[in-house]
Amino acid sequence: MATPALRVVGRGCVLRGNDIDTDRIIPARFLRSITFDGLGEHAFEDDRAQSKGDHPLDDDRFAGANVLIVGRNFGCGSSREHAPQSLWRRGFQAFVGGSFAEIFAGNCTALGLPCLVLDAGDLDTLMNAVDARPEQTITVDVAARSVTCDVGMFAARIPDGTRQQLLEGSWNATAVLLDAGDAIERTARSLPYVSGFAG
Amino acid sequence: MSGRSLLDKVWDAHTVRELPTGQTQLFIGLHLIHEVTSPQAFAMLREMKLPVRFPERTFATVDHIIPTLSQKRPLADPLAEEMMVALEENTRENGIQLFDAASGRQGIVHVIGPELGLTQPGTTIACGDSHTSTHGAFGAVAFGIGTSQVRDVLATQCLALARPKTRRIDVTGKLAAGVYAKDVILAIIRVLGVKGGVGYAYEYAGPVIDAFSIEERLTVCNMSIEGGARCGYVNPDDATIAYLRGRPFSPEGAAFDRAARWWRAAASDPDARYADRALLDGTRIAPSVTWGINPGQSVAVNERLPRVADLPDDERASAEEAYAYMSLRPGEPLAGTAVDVCFIGSCTNGRISDLREAARVARTGKVAPGVKALVVPGSQAVANQALAEGLPEVFRSAGFEWREPGCSMCLAMNPDKLVGRELCASSSNRNFKGRQGSPTGRTLLMSPAMVAAAALRGAVADVREIL
Repeated sequence: MATPALRVVGRGCVLRGNDIDTDRIIPARFLRSITFDGLGEHAFEDDRAQSKGDHPLDDDRFAGANVLIVGRNFGCGSSREHAPQSLWRRGFQAFVGGSFAEIFAGNCTALGLPCLVLDAGDLDTLMNAVDARPEQTITVDVAARSVTCDVGMFAARIPDGTRQQLLEGSWNATAVLLDAGDAIERTARSLPYVSGFAG
Repeated sequence: MSGRSLLDKVWDAHTVRELPTGQTQLFIGLHLIHEVTSPQAFAMLREMKLPVRFPERTFATVDHIIPTLSQKRPLADPLAEEMMVALEENTRENGIQLFDAASGRQGIVHVIGPELGLTQPGTTIACGDSHTSTHGAFGAVAFGIGTSQVRDVLATQCLALARPKTRRIDVTGKLAAGVYAKDVILAIIRVLGVKGGVGYAYEYAGPVIDAFSIEERLTVCNMSIEGGARCGYVNPDDATIAYLRGRPFSPEGAAFDRAARWWRAAASDPDARYADRALLDGTRIAPSVTWGINPGQSVAVNERLPRVADLPDDERASAEEAYAYMSLRPGEPLAGTAVDVCFIGSCTNGRISDLREAARVARTGKVAPGVKALVVPGSQAVANQALAEGLPEVFRSAGFEWREPGCSMCLAMNPDKLVGRELCASSSNRNFKGRQGSPTGRTLLMSPAMVAAAALRGAVADVREIL
């Protein structure tokens, strides 16, 4: 994750369904660790087991895909960064969907992984196109706010601030926040509770 | 000029600067950490050779992985022990206060913050846990963050965030007997949807919310995130100030009076503007139970489950998936559905008032044969108070297990888990597939009193028939 993700070019994997929560993306038992190592192999582990090989992540047609195409409210629930970590470690570099849960999208940004939103009709078209011809090239372009496949180019949405972070390479916020220098302490001093409401 | 909402006042007061991206660099007044989402953040900090900027503004506890049967060290699960040790080392090395089992102040992070007086009105609060919205009950702007953001707060005491819009939700009228805060938030999520709150902070108001105790407000704010809202709050009032007086981390004497004035001033102005408003008639809210695989899929306990064809187009696929997973049938009521496990606890409903209401029900009978029922206090302080009131004995003699404090069966990171396709009546916050530890386990969310009723009947029951 060393370079800002301006454009992700590759192949798509279609994961249908709305409100897919982070417990499904990475079941909690795999959070019993002090690192993010090895999470990739457990992404969607329980859903995959219950689909008996029928899950998109086990579908040979989608092997090697780096763009995950999802429904609405993807990543709702727990704040676990383990969710995008597991998908990134499995090879996904961008997400295209109907909408994303806020904390999930924020976690993706912190890892330099763009989440782009399409209108319902366009998302349907994209899902059907990639389902029909998984080998086609998908281009996710953050600067142009677009997703392109064989069928055409779709206008995509991404919050301005997030887009700029990804384009500037400032998605790892620590350095940007440190740049404020003493202004942080000045804000702290202006808040009476920081000194315990000392007179 | 129109007035400002609490969200706007708190946001403005904590703004360090506007960032070139249009986001705000926001100062975080209170940072809470636990063993699951912090170790990687400390590792990143070490890699970047950065110190913790304000170690006195971060507090730690252990809750997710801690067993509720025996908390003796070393913990039986070596992975849990490793996480525990990492938290102990990270907090010691960085001068961060840790409330572990030996401190007498350990508990679920969202239970101990309020009871210690760490959670205060007008502040910003962040924690690597989505249920951080709980703390909004005091009129704080409190939200969950991921591990990279935990690193940001440790290193800078700040976050880069876009200001949310505010939706004011008024709950009018008066709740009927047997209807609880849990039923109110389930009703709100049912109406506004599980993603209706994305991009919003929820301001809960109106006569029902005003009449709620702080603990009831904590239950409502806790589940804001289940409605998609990263943060939800209630304006501070007399109840808030009264709750905070005399808490271990509350100011004392003249400082408390100064604090109380500042806290009250944080409340939304009467003419504050909101991006959106919603209205719910509290008089019409009934004891509620979820039937599906997200917290928006709920019904009143005696209501028939919705027919898929009657649902809006975009909810049908999820409903079909839910019916298949839950083995429930449209058109039938949930009342009478046999349950295997009953769980009372969690950051949603593991406080003393929750246990008192459940105990009222438990006093009326015995746990049905074949049902496993457990009560898990949210913190050591809750456990001690319950003991002083004789509640553990009430529960035990009714056939419930009384456990040590922790997150327990809410989330399957400790030994408390469902087995196979067990159906669990649960006072927790999430009915996601596999949430309670068995990949095929099933969850029915409801109030603690309703869970106790289900335990006695061995099936989903209307608590109003027992009380």
